[in-house]
Amino acid sequence: MQLTGNMFAQLAAELGHEISTLPDFPAEIRAPQGTLGGVSGFQVELGSKVYTPGDKADVIVAMNAAALKVCTLGSHFNHPQAHFDEEFALYHRHAIVIVDTDSLTDKDLEKAQYHTNNPFTELGIPESVQIVPVTLTTLTKEALSESGMDNKSILKCRNMFALGLIYWLFDEPMEKAIHLLEEKFKKKPALIAPNTKVMVDGYNYGQNLALSINQIRLEGQPSEAHGTYTSIAGNKATAWGLIAAAEKAGKHLFLGSYPITPATDILHELAARKDMNVMAIQAEDEIAGVCTAIGAAFAGDLACTSTSGPGLSLKSEAIGLAVMAELPLVIVDVQRGGPSTGLPTKTEQTDLLQALYGRNGECPAVVLAASSSANCFDFAYQACKIALENMTPVILLTDTYLANGTALWRVPKLAELPTITPQSVPEELKGHFNPALRDERGVRYWAFPGMEGYEHRNIGLERDAERGTISTNPENHEVMVRARQAKIAQIANSIPDLKVQGNAQSDTLLVGWGSTEGHLHAAADELNCALAQFNYICPLPRNTREVLSQYKRIIVCELNTGQFATYLRSQFPDIQMEQYNEIQGQPFAVERIVKYASK
Amino acid sequence: MQASDFKSDQYVRFCPGCGDHAICMALQKAMAQIGIPTHEVAVVSGIGCSSRMPHYLNTYGFNTIHGRGGAIATGVKTSHPELTVWQMSGDGDCLAIGGNHFIHEIRRNVDLNVCMFNNRIYGLTKGQYSPTSPKGFVSKSSPFGTVERPFVPAQLVLGAGGTFFARTLDVDMPTTVDCLVAAQQHKGCSIVECLVNCVIFNNGTHAWIADREQRAEHSIILKHGEKMIFGANNDKGLAVEIDPVTFVPKMIVVPADDPRVLVHDATQPDPTLHRLLGLMGQDRIVSVNAEPDNDQLPIALGVIRNVEAETYDQAVNEQIADVREKAKAKTFDELTATLDTFLL
Repeated sequence: MQLTGNMFAQLAAELGHEISTLPDFPAEIRAPQGTLGGVSGFQVELGSKVYTPGDKADVIVAMNAAALKVCTLGSHFNHPQAHFDEEFALYHRHAIVIVDTDSLTDKDLEKAQYHTNNPFTELGIPESVQIVPVTLTTLTKEALSESGMDNKSILKCRNMFALGLIYWLFDEPMEKAIHLLEEKFKKKPALIAPNTKVMVDGYNYGQNLALSINQIRLEGQPSEAHGTYTSIAGNKATAWGLIAAAEKAGKHLFLGSYPITPATDILHELAARKDMNVMAIQAEDEIAGVCTAIGAAFAGDLACTSTSGPGLSLKSEAIGLAVMAELPLVIVDVQRGGPSTGLPTKTEQTDLLQALYGRNGECPAVVLAASSSANCFDFAYQACKIALENMTPVILLTDTYLANGTALWRVPKLAELPTITPQSVPEELKGHFNPALRDERGVRYWAFPGMEGYEHRNIGLERDAERGTISTNPENHEVMVRARQAKIAQIANSIPDLKVQGNAQSDTLLVGWGSTEGHLHAAADELNCALAQFNYICPLPRNTREVLSQYKRIIVCELNTGQFATYLRSQFPDIQMEQYNEIQGQPFAVERIVKYASK
Repeated sequence: MQASDFKSDQYVRFCPGCGDHAICMALQKAMAQIGIPTHEVAVVSGIGCSSRMPHYLNTYGFNTIHGRGGAIATGVKTSHPELTVWQMSGDGDCLAIGGNHFIHEIRRNVDLNVCMFNNRIYGLTKGQYSPTSPKGFVSKSSPFGTVERPFVPAQLVLGAGGTFFARTLDVDMPTTVDCLVAAQQHKGCSIVECLVNCVIFNNGTHAWIADREQRAEHSIILKHGEKMIFGANNDKGLAVEIDPVTFVPKMIVVPADDPRVLVHDATQPDPTLHRLLGLMGQDRIVSVNAEPDNDQLPIALGVIRNVEAETYDQAVNEQIADVREKAKAKTFDELTATLDTFLL
């Protein structure tokens, strides 16, 4: 299903529609098929002014009885008496629901815990919903009856029939679709012909046969700026941002990482990019992931580590070392539902306070958050720039939603990206260098092994502010604690001001950070109110107080219990803020934000 | 180069009488003998008494966090294989909190020179038992004696697929320098177990061999290609005896002129004999109450194992170079040009 969804989204993007996608799948790799826990979904919104993958679907394709139930009842699918309720259903009451009726046998219904043999009535699907029953399995088998393929392989092509049908429904041209399919199966050429056949049959089925539904034509022009575009998933965009930054900075890119959902694709992408001179190490554990990176940073590289919440916990002490040793380091945390193992494949914004404060001692680090799958590229790039120019660890927060979702990305040229000037050591310090020497911004100089005349000892112990050697002097410790804080604070001078989106004149300001930008933007549009979405969290943009103080009502919206609100209140105790929070492992539903803010 | 070239300006703060002083001096001598310039040498350590070592060496140094020196050194060496990288660690840093990194740097055969200072005690935290303290050892954290079996470092290193293992003693400067130089010359992960005395918390732990009068009888300095002869009068030799029923091999002491006396081959890929050599005399460290089953067997010092194998840092860098050579896209702009894009 993930492949089908991705292909549809990619085709739509290539045809110039804006897209936003939300893959949603169980944590188990092969969750039992046909059961309620095993439903794997892929949601896509397309058209123009697309900010989110959408709250409620216009079209649903349910490949089996369990999927039909989960789509109809939403999070209430486990309640024995639940009926269609527009608040919880994944589609609205005028939606088109395409169902594979071959997958509604008694056995299928039993597996999906139906009590009767009429799923539509049992689920209470209203008459306004257009149910399109299609014998998908039978039709696929017919399409491939002369292919000589075995039954199991034929059934795997079922998704392509659905895809062809969807292409017809959205009136997408077949030629491009066939070309895309050929690209997707480039490495398995034997699969091209059967899948194409099934897809075209699905398209023709819609075109020629029994379907009495209207096609959907997407209106409007894409609102993105002119340029060369592609669709990109957040994790890949993050990886590419790191690659671009390394080349721009003239540094060797090093990644130390350990597999963890949902961050592993960053490791995959960088491990594959040896052509770009990337060194990606799969370390023995999360701690070794960050520690090998710290070693590479000590040796003069652009060093990164990628992880998710549990891994960030394990890396805490080592990040503290990088703070103390004042080494550049980029830590990408693709947040997932927590605490502990939590919801590994679901999205959440619950690592914010961990990123800000989760280390021993006074341990300031820069915290950034990407706000779309595409701008994971920009903020990964920014994270590297800040780290290299300011000799500090930078934690970049993304999340499952951004990491796995795709968006349109305008492909930049390296020349148009901001310059990166790694902190270097002046020639005149040769022969009397020490790791406590700072420039006028308070950023220490970077010398590394191989450089003659700058030999020094770096430490995780407190160092003397002048000589750079071990010091336990009380006054010196305070000087150093404040020097490390001041170094982070001055970064505010080189980051952009916070921009207000939407109706800046409104009395109400929605405040968000990171991945919720699309949903909050859509909500602000509906509410005709203002939105301030933060990408720079520590330090905050310099005009933050100025922006916040202009609004009578501030609603901080987050996918946690109020971590950013807590942080903002600590910075601006005099400014009143409300909170709107959802903690369900899913992105916001725009309508629920609107409902709350309209109160 | 002179040993003094490798001395930093820092006052050495090991306790008076600590074995680490001797290893520090041996390191400076060995580094001078090797002759690699100070700026091409990086010394990485974790936490513990021995991990203070980088401060006293006039090279690039990084005194990091407890147990993680191995992972950090792996990052330094893999990203910059042209550097000479040393790791300073102790029996706690290396075998307890850093055990995972230790076995993996050995398994991967990262080209590091690791000095593992074994004093069988936690010194910096003021006297708790370590993973090499013998069973029954009384310390502040084991007031009634430990109930756990210790590691024999040689066995752990060989079990992890180690390509180089040497053992030396703080009071034996020539052997220490020889071991350190050999460790540097070996391409791959070189582990040097430095038996050091903790004069404050575990004084005399190696007295069995550290004591001048006992040393010749209780230790053997192995040299590649030379007969395994020891004893105050060089009258004893080592041989292997295989039990005819169980086929279990064991080391035995024979007269020096016995034709069975073995010639040491540190380069033998099969680790069986190296393990037997590494285990000699270790029964007495396994338990405080142990009756050594063969009191005659000496503790082996010197380079026990020294075999060639591909190093991790080399393999990683070669793979990148290979892929890059064949790659069509080598820059970011060339990479993005391979994308399936469309114009808007």
